[in-house]
Amino acid sequence: MSIDARNVSKRFGSFQALHDVSLHVDGGSLTALLGPSGSGKSTLLRIVAGLERPDAGEVRLGGEDATALAPQHRGVGFVFQHYAAFKHMTVRDNVAFGLEVRKRPKAEIRARVDELLALVQLTGFGDRYPAQLSGGQRQRMALARALAPEPRVLLLDEPFGALDARVRAELRTWLRRLHEEAHTTTVLVTHDQAEAMEVADRVVVMNEGRVEQAAPPRELYDAPASEFVLRFLGEAVWFDGRLVRPHDLEIVLDADATTREAQVDRIVHLGFEARCELTLDDGSPLMVQLTRLQAAELELEPGQIVLVRGPGVGVCGELPHVVG
Amino acid sequence: MARRAGLRSVAVVYLLAVLLGPLAMVFYRAFGQGVRPLWVALTDANTVHAFRLTLEITAIAVPVNTVFGVVCALAIVRRRFPGAGIVNALVDLPLALSPVVVGLMLFLLYGRTGWFGPSLAGHGVQVLFATPSLVLATIFVSLPFVAREVVPTLRELGDEQEQAAYTLGASGRQAFWRITLPSIRWAVVYGVVLTTARSLGEYGAVAVVSGHIEGKTETATLRVQDYYENFNTAGAYGIAIVLAAISVLVLLALTLLRPKEGA
Repeated sequence: MSIDARNVSKRFGSFQALHDVSLHVDGGSLTALLGPSGSGKSTLLRIVAGLERPDAGEVRLGGEDATALAPQHRGVGFVFQHYAAFKHMTVRDNVAFGLEVRKRPKAEIRARVDELLALVQLTGFGDRYPAQLSGGQRQRMALARALAPEPRVLLLDEPFGALDARVRAELRTWLRRLHEEAHTTTVLVTHDQAEAMEVADRVVVMNEGRVEQAAPPRELYDAPASEFVLRFLGEAVWFDGRLVRPHDLEIVLDADATTREAQVDRIVHLGFEARCELTLDDGSPLMVQLTRLQAAELELEPGQIVLVRGPGVGVCGELPHVVG
Repeated sequence: MARRAGLRSVAVVYLLAVLLGPLAMVFYRAFGQGVRPLWVALTDANTVHAFRLTLEITAIAVPVNTVFGVVCALAIVRRRFPGAGIVNALVDLPLALSPVVVGLMLFLLYGRTGWFGPSLAGHGVQVLFATPSLVLATIFVSLPFVAREVVPTLRELGDEQEQAAYTLGASGRQAFWRITLPSIRWAVVYGVVLTTARSLGEYGAVAVVSGHIEGKTETATLRVQDYYENFNTAGAYGIAIVLAAISVLVLLALTLLRPKEGA
């Protein structure tokens, strides 16, 4: 089911969380709302869920106006960053909740809960209480609970934000697989650009209550629409008056018209990648990303003077209107 | 270790001196003249009536204040309405006000020359010197306890679980009964226990509006005073023991029922 937010504005006291934001999400897609904290991404998600009321604008679900609809009647599943587990209920009762309140027959509920517990790999944990689960298990329970009433839209608010890196990566992959099987329209809010790029078909970058750019991950990286998007989606450095990606810079041996002299300050080895921190001839700092092999071949030493070449015109990562 | 043991013995001695000592004294005095005068005083028709009246008043005041307390706490914590701070402060008023003032207030409202007194009397409703004023006085003084217990628990709970319930299709009523109430149940129980204790033991406000009519408007606490003034110490201490025993039993039951922290 498609989601449309049209000209949505929302203010909390003196803080304008959303400025006239419009968003379209295709039915069956997996979209990420990406931005720093305070960018309005969670507020937008909560407005889509009906948990907040917009001051202006409308929300359409599947083409129908849902702006005044209570969250109970929107057919959305919502997953919270801190799980919002029902602490006084067992895992089984948590998952069954959405079916119980709909007064579905007992046998049907039992079968559906078993199926969902298997899907989230919590079979055998049904009689435990949320306090007896790890963070990752709690969040999988929350996902099963949100999926139980078969929502038309699944909304996830920083769902992996409170988990450690390894569990987060696992759940990400798992969410992607789940989406490929079920094709429920899914919107994920995150401040982690790697998470957004890895999981989503389409990423909506938000900043200060506005949408900066909405595009597939690759396009976002290759053709950022603003300096903010370029900086937010990965590292960027100024070189020759242009904002470029540090992996698009080269350390070379032969001087030509496009190279600049720089002094090596430090070399950091990060597994496959090596980072070379330098100071340019005009005193400004610079960082170049190299592969481990390149770094070894160049035999870089702190204090050494090297030559740096920027990317040619039209190379990935270049931002046309920032050039100059 | 020595320091901790020292602290502990100070705490124990203090408790003994302030709480258990006087309580033991009450027991000693009650049984001082043997069981017989005690039994006579407790089975006296007016004493039995006084106990029944106190229980009746408590049976009305506690449910009324429990419902009011929970609704009030929900309003204070969950609804962002102008004046929530004032409501929050007003709930504490009965704690700050002397019970005697509460009694006098009821006099002002329901007395023969009070605001409502004459018109109610015209309809044949007697409030002062009758059960209604005793109930009103007790409700007033025991009003804050449930709300005071529930407000911080609701704040700590947050509203995410309720929001999750809404997105799962629960109505406001379903979310309240299935999510909110079970989450705050121990706060409610504590509030009920405190409300019960206060209702059973209320003296000041009730003393002003009761009129002390034996066998009619005399509550258990007023009966204690009555016996005491008539030099029937066994009777006075006897009733005191029963009132204290009820409170101890309620607290004990609560301690046994309550799940261990962190379980």
